[in-house]
Amino acid sequence: MKVVVCVKQIPDPALPGELDPSTNYLKRDDKLILDESDSYGVEMALQLVEAAGGGEVSLVSMAANGEVSGLRTALAMGAEDAVLVSDDALAGSDALGTARVLGAAISRMSPDLVLAGVESSDGYTGTVPEMIAGVLEMPSITFAKQIEVDGTTVKVQRQTEAGYDDVECQIPVLVSVTAGVVEPRYPSFKGIMAAKKKPVEELDLAALGVDAAVVGQSGARQETVRVTAAEERQAGEVIEDEGDAHDKIVEFLGELKIV
Amino acid sequence: MSVETILVFGEGDEGSPSGLTLELLAAARGLATNVEVFVAGDGAAMAAELGAHGATRVHTTGPLDGKLMGVHAAAALQAHMETSSPDAVFFGQTPDGRDTAARLAVRINQPVVTNNVGASFEDGTLVVEEPVFGGTQNVFTAFKNDGPALAMFRPKSFEAEATGGGEAEVVAVDAVDPGPAGSASVTGRHVEERSGPQLDDAEVVVSGGRGLGQPEAFEMIDELAGLLDAASGASRAIVDAGWVPYSKQVGQTGKVVKPNVYLACGISGATQHLVGMKGSKHIIAINKDPEAPIFGVADLGIVGDVHKVVPALIEAMKSR
Repeated sequence: MKVVVCVKQIPDPALPGELDPSTNYLKRDDKLILDESDSYGVEMALQLVEAAGGGEVSLVSMAANGEVSGLRTALAMGAEDAVLVSDDALAGSDALGTARVLGAAISRMSPDLVLAGVESSDGYTGTVPEMIAGVLEMPSITFAKQIEVDGTTVKVQRQTEAGYDDVECQIPVLVSVTAGVVEPRYPSFKGIMAAKKKPVEELDLAALGVDAAVVGQSGARQETVRVTAAEERQAGEVIEDEGDAHDKIVEFLGELKIV
Repeated sequence: MSVETILVFGEGDEGSPSGLTLELLAAARGLATNVEVFVAGDGAAMAAELGAHGATRVHTTGPLDGKLMGVHAAAALQAHMETSSPDAVFFGQTPDGRDTAARLAVRINQPVVTNNVGASFEDGTLVVEEPVFGGTQNVFTAFKNDGPALAMFRPKSFEAEATGGGEAEVVAVDAVDPGPAGSASVTGRHVEERSGPQLDDAEVVVSGGRGLGQPEAFEMIDELAGLLDAASGASRAIVDAGWVPYSKQVGQTGKVVKPNVYLACGISGATQHLVGMKGSKHIIAINKDPEAPIFGVADLGIVGDVHKVVPALIEAMKSR
């Protein structure tokens, strides 16, 4: 079974984010890391290939600046190889432009299964996986909280507003996975060393045959007109519990006529 | 300044439109002279309520008979838009809303802007507002495309309001076969048991997070919620850990809640969580770390151990 996992390299979410005032793009100056949301897709792919008794897990990613550090993390977890689409023209791409690029890269890889996180931790549009499926004209099942592959049938528990649905589809299919679907493994020292030698194929838009007009800011056909500071919520009273904090809460609720 | 027609992608179940659908109708009414709804499912059953909220027409495919919605909805929606050409289509930020908008965006080659909480027309262009960095800044984005503006909105961004309009005219829409891309089918549905006040519209929400330490500790959150006639909620950390179902998750991924009182127990207040609850009227937080970001938004902050404060609060409520 051949599984391709879409992974995104993002600024560390633990650090405060910032927009570049000249472009209004998210600043990506520091080292990028593997988006935690995608580590679930990588882990799921490794487990499914194992359960299928063999196969290959490949990664696909896109970055404006040739960044690979996040990809190395996913390779260290156990993926075989990676394709990185990198091109200056990609800066400012929206979800649709991103999906056209990743879709073009994936179509060269002929996977049985494409996995992606439901949404990235920095852009969180939650639309890229489904758009990739659209570009590939492939069926898709989003919001998977459990995946099982039975021969050529993929069975998914898909999260819904009310609970979950059982959804089935024949391969090839794209599935987006929720955080928590599996426990991502920590790369071993051996894995980290091996990852340094694993192949990362770097392609630009021309090599991929994607028209630069559909990506970047012009391809996005939208413009940030302004960025404003949100109204700050004022912090109220903070007290140390000395065994009577519950009374304070009851009093507060009483003033609001909740109790 | 307003436009001619905004189409709302309507969702719901058992013949009732979702709260989010009604919120989008209210937003669209303020921007367009005519508001219509597209339902990939049984829209006829919703016609009266949609009409009461200002929709003039509901375009409906009828039941999808077990097909997974997104691809089929997008194919039918594209065919519908070839004859009706709305100025904008509003989607709710839901699993099916995202799937449909994403597939439609590819099919008609138009951008979709997600995660919005506001919309206006400026110089004839739709401008949408998206909170970023945990809601500390708002980014306003103008559509520059030549075609309908596809915009997706977060729940609770607008106030639903009935206008007292009559039943919306029901217009049947032909299903369109999307080919092999439409081959995913729903073989079973599981609805989690829901009793008591619902997270979306409860007056009081009591939420628990990682500070609870272990899954069993969530029982006291449920108990306290019961005593306060509240809904119980959770942070993403303990949903990911499998302690409580996703339907209880409050945050960026999960539900947006705006109750009168939000009581956060053992929740540090990660950006992911704050986005889902900082619109609450009053916030009470209990956390052992005085530096926890949740105290930055709390009206009453208790620096203490949830395992002491919550049981004491439960006893105090019981003895009233």
